[in-house]
Amino acid sequence: MVRLYTAVLCLVMLMAGCAKEKDNAIHIGVIAELTGDIPAVGASCKNAAEMAVKSVNDKGGLEIGGKKYAIKLQIEDSAGRSEQAASAAQKLITRDKVIAIVGPNASSGAIPASEIAETSKIPMISPWSTNPKTTIDPRSGKQKGYVFRACYMDSFQGRVLAAFAMGELKAKKAAVLYDVASEVLKGQAEVFKKTLEEKGGTITGFETYTTGNKDFTVQMTKIKNGSPELIFLPTYYSDVPLQVQQARRFGITEPVLGSDAWGSHDLLALCGKDCDGAFFSSHFSANSTTPGVKKFVDDYKALYGSVPDDVAALTYDSFGIMFEAMKRAGKPNSEAIKNAIQKITGFKGVTGDITFHEGSGDPDKSVVILQIKDGEFKWFADIKP
Amino acid sequence: MVYISQQLLNMLQLGSIYAVIALGYTMVYGVLSLINFAHGDLFMIGAFLCFIATAKLHLPFVVVLVVAAIGTAAIGMAVERLAYRPLRDAPKVSAIITALGVGVFIENFTLALSPYPRHVPEMLPNVSWNLGGLTVSSIQGVIVVLSVLLMVGLDFIVRKTRYGMAMRALAWDIKTLPLMGVSVNAIIALTFAIGAGFGGAAGTMYAMAFPVIDPYMGIMIGWKAFIAAVVGGIGSIRGAMLGGYILGAVETFAAVALPSTYRDFIAFTLLLILLIFRPNGILGVPKTLKV
Repeated sequence: MVRLYTAVLCLVMLMAGCAKEKDNAIHIGVIAELTGDIPAVGASCKNAAEMAVKSVNDKGGLEIGGKKYAIKLQIEDSAGRSEQAASAAQKLITRDKVIAIVGPNASSGAIPASEIAETSKIPMISPWSTNPKTTIDPRSGKQKGYVFRACYMDSFQGRVLAAFAMGELKAKKAAVLYDVASEVLKGQAEVFKKTLEEKGGTITGFETYTTGNKDFTVQMTKIKNGSPELIFLPTYYSDVPLQVQQARRFGITEPVLGSDAWGSHDLLALCGKDCDGAFFSSHFSANSTTPGVKKFVDDYKALYGSVPDDVAALTYDSFGIMFEAMKRAGKPNSEAIKNAIQKITGFKGVTGDITFHEGSGDPDKSVVILQIKDGEFKWFADIKP
Repeated sequence: MVYISQQLLNMLQLGSIYAVIALGYTMVYGVLSLINFAHGDLFMIGAFLCFIATAKLHLPFVVVLVVAAIGTAAIGMAVERLAYRPLRDAPKVSAIITALGVGVFIENFTLALSPYPRHVPEMLPNVSWNLGGLTVSSIQGVIVVLSVLLMVGLDFIVRKTRYGMAMRALAWDIKTLPLMGVSVNAIIALTFAIGAGFGGAAGTMYAMAFPVIDPYMGIMIGWKAFIAAVVGGIGSIRGAMLGGYILGAVETFAAVALPSTYRDFIAFTLLLILLIFRPNGILGVPKTLKV
């Protein structure tokens, strides 16, 4: 009996301990794809989030309105699934009482999570979601007020790539091959085509395939027949090597251009020499010589032993924007933070200068063009809109 | 003209691979009336064995081909022994569900070992010849010639040897065959070995032509080869070969004549129409089906 009392007493004390834990910390939620089909994305996001918070806490916390606050992270797993991303957002807001959310990265999770953030009036920044529906309400077509992203959108990317093809690469005739089963890639291909044609270029071939196809010989033969000056391949990195190899086998020696779907270091191992000289757009270049980027890459390497990818860089910038907004807001209040993010201009992030325009969750920033050279991704140009 | 010839070459390469895989479906169906839905995944295993033999063991091409074919054949026999033989007297539906299950098992097993796409190094030096604008690569040549050799070899085995005779007898009457002193189990195991071995050989050829492989690569190509087998007349060996080339041709020329988005749509519509008029396939014979 005594033992039971002791046990109950301990339990009560434990619970009291929990309830008492009311500190001066600011809680920020992170929703990442830690399991599921893109675990590499979630891992990068979590690493960068922890690193960003650690750097602030090591300095004694974030100074807001003359007072220092410690930052506490609440990390939830979305498993790469829409419904789990939504329930994670709900849980962070109602149970953990976070004042802001970073994530989810994939658009499939960011769109449902953004709905919850918007209705709960909690600011949310998705580092990596390029789908317009994340920040724009698809029903009314209006901007959501509380939802932001740290990356550029697909349409923007398609426009910049078309401008790059015609400008820097001087290609007036281009052929496109893309995966019709992916909404993202289809969007990039269509915007590229539209922009190129508006600027007076011609599309000599607009070919498609579906996910899982490995034989592109028919499409490449058709593309060669149109004799383009450039091939645009908005396709996932695992398909790129086969497409480039088959193109080269048919004697297509023209330059190859890709989109951010190429951005995996696995591409280098899969493609070998064939991809040498190809260009693609990216969010971030790890070998940029800008001091901010260099420090970020070195710190990340020291902590995790690997080169940060674009998700890590964008997550890091999301936190940077969040901290900057908190400082400007002068108080850790969701409404004030949201208003402050909307007024951020020329934020020097590791993925470039970021500017938000009043009433828009989509930043103005430059697109990084990388070139594959000697088995490495080399920085080639920053293209400003 | 050059353009059309180039597309004809593409068609020959694609059709050859379909035909060799379709043979695996048709052989198993011929003797057991079982649709081995795991066959596409055995093809994938063949490609991965080829990857191990080239990237890790650095074996020459002929050895790689033999290793992949024999390895896949062994796995095919194991699948038959462990998954299909216990169900031989069960309703055919159970066997088909098992086949689907085995396929998913093989995929996920490979996924657990190696989830990322892999690059298969070059096995043969890739030379391209330019014949008046027509680009012919050595890989295309090897694939087409090798496929034809495999098919001729199989046709010979089935039509001219004692084992082939036993297979045909088994397809004819599984109840009477044991009375003639033939071991049904041995012949079925042999059939699975040959069928899976062809899948392994096709996997190697595919990995040679399209050297990025992943655990899901067998699904779509497996379905297409199955359809090729049905079009040719499932159970008929010459039908499977014919079906492979027909599907390759329809797919290629659908993409030539129309935007490539319609490729599969047109190809499969034509095949459906063909099946309306020839429900047993081109070379198939009407037979009462259990499933």
